[in-house]
Amino acid sequence: MEPTVKPIVSMKDIEKHFGSVIALNGVSVDILPGECHCLLGDNGAGKSTFIKTMSGVHRPTSGEIFFEGRPMSFADPRDAIAAGIATVYQDLAMIPLMSVSRNFFMGNEPIRRIAGLPFFDHDLANRVTMEEMQSMGINLRGPDQAVGTLSGGERQTVAIARAVYFGAKVLILDEPTSALGVRQTSNVLATIDKVRKKGIAVVFITHNVRHAMAVGDRFTVLNRGQTLGTAERGEITPEELQDMMAGGQEMATLEGSLGGTV
Amino acid sequence: MADTPQAVIDERVKDVSPWRKALIRPELGGIIGTVAVFTFFALLAHDSGMFNAQGILNWSTVSAQFMIIAVGACLLMIAGEFDLSVGSMIGFAGMMIAIFGVTLGWPMWIAILVTFAICMAFGALNGVIVVRTGLPSFIVTLATLFILRGFTIFIPQTLERKTIIGGIREAAEGDWLAALFGGTIGRPFFQWLGDAGVIGVFDRGNRAGEPVVNGVPMLIIWAFVLIVFGHILLTRTRFGNWIFAAGGDAQAARYAGVPVDRVKILMFVFTAFCATVFATCQVMEFGSAGADRGLLKEFEAIIAVVIGGALLTGGYGSVIGAALGALIFGVVQQGLFFANVESSLFRVFLGVILLLAVILNTYIRRIITGER
Repeated sequence: MEPTVKPIVSMKDIEKHFGSVIALNGVSVDILPGECHCLLGDNGAGKSTFIKTMSGVHRPTSGEIFFEGRPMSFADPRDAIAAGIATVYQDLAMIPLMSVSRNFFMGNEPIRRIAGLPFFDHDLANRVTMEEMQSMGINLRGPDQAVGTLSGGERQTVAIARAVYFGAKVLILDEPTSALGVRQTSNVLATIDKVRKKGIAVVFITHNVRHAMAVGDRFTVLNRGQTLGTAERGEITPEELQDMMAGGQEMATLEGSLGGTV
Repeated sequence: MADTPQAVIDERVKDVSPWRKALIRPELGGIIGTVAVFTFFALLAHDSGMFNAQGILNWSTVSAQFMIIAVGACLLMIAGEFDLSVGSMIGFAGMMIAIFGVTLGWPMWIAILVTFAICMAFGALNGVIVVRTGLPSFIVTLATLFILRGFTIFIPQTLERKTIIGGIREAAEGDWLAALFGGTIGRPFFQWLGDAGVIGVFDRGNRAGEPVVNGVPMLIIWAFVLIVFGHILLTRTRFGNWIFAAGGDAQAARYAGVPVDRVKILMFVFTAFCATVFATCQVMEFGSAGADRGLLKEFEAIIAVVIGGALLTGGYGSVIGAALGALIFGVVQQGLFFANVESSLFRVFLGVILLLAVILNTYIRRIITGER
């Protein structure tokens, strides 16, 4: 990644307090277009709070957010989505009872007017859904197949394809692989790679170092509401990342007793 | 790994034949039930007059009543909510028309319009309370059930010292709006059918020569219009997609930008609208309003919807299915009468049908949605 590339999102000294709890204590991260930026951290490290600040769910207590170089203040998630920051939540992405194409266009249904009345353009929706799924490597039986018949990895992929189709410039993935099996995980990681190649910035939240190393261009580790810095691919080993996430020493002793299997 | 993404073809996805695909749909249970019920009565009651013009009018009118409230209940259930106040709303709406139109002597069309406005406002209130408090609609509308039924008894007792108000037909005479609910249409056509000998005619009395069925009641027209409207709204519009989404997973729908609260409130209003249509047709037909009208109608509506394949917890269902459920309900209720079966057995019959339909529907739904 060239250092001359301008960041698409720049988070500067973000602090977020919930009452007396300091969830984020001065976190700064730059997200570059076309990179897969892995955000690592153990449970409670502040990953979720941080991305929710980026996606407009929370407003930072202090600090600044720059989007495409301009200071931004999102009132709610719809503002962020309109600006091009899309978030795919782990289990709230899709509605299993509805068909893939109804899910794909949920909230953005295409309209075709018949005698002046607005109707859902199913032909367009079905065609686009099939094309987009094909390009992500998912072969549907048909666009009317219910999302409930898809695997967890496929559902994540549909959600990602949807965000990309509707013009996301920054795609935040909240632990997309944490509930998935090996093969499904590699499908999602392959999807992330495709999205990145389109020039979209991917923020990939995970606590699995191996998943992060598989696709990440840069890695930021959060620990107890603070960032321990951003490292580029090749500058850091998986072991170092693991140590940083867990807070170093403590984990080293634990890992020793487990024979280096964690 | 990440540098060589491959299209993964899942060899476990079986090809599904077009025949099976056309068959496996939410309405399938309702279709099978309808065929079964008609076959049953064709065998049991074919010579009882159930399938001559008068008989058909009889059970289709009863079915149309169920259909009107089932359409509202169906869309609301798919949006993830219940309305238990439908029955009370029917009693209340009928009583309001009688109070305004007879007791207060307003022109009938004003009485009807004001009643629609009041009832739809109550529907909106149900919706706003459910959406704002996050309470189950089961509880909120149970409260409305009692409140509305209480008013339906209290108001006529206070004003008229009785709980049944008559004289509505006289008051509605010549009223343009009342005719939309009370009359029949297609009379010349039925006269022609009678003259041609296709349907029976009266052969004595002051109606001699008139066909036994002298038109299609407006009730049936309303049922038909509401079914077509509900079906198109649900399957062919953006709003229909929002109804499915609101009931399927409200939070996921909100994240996708669906105005879930507005969808739910509007569906409560629509349910109230359907209940008021039912009530208006009923008071125009009977010529009176009674404080006990509409009792248990909310459950009959919900049963029809569930027989029709909708999921009680929302997000799944079909208006056509609900209409077939209402048809099954009406045909069974009237058919047992034609077949001379002891009327108390109606409940046994209904319970068995409900159980069979729900089992079948659950099986079909699992095939479609991949639930486990």
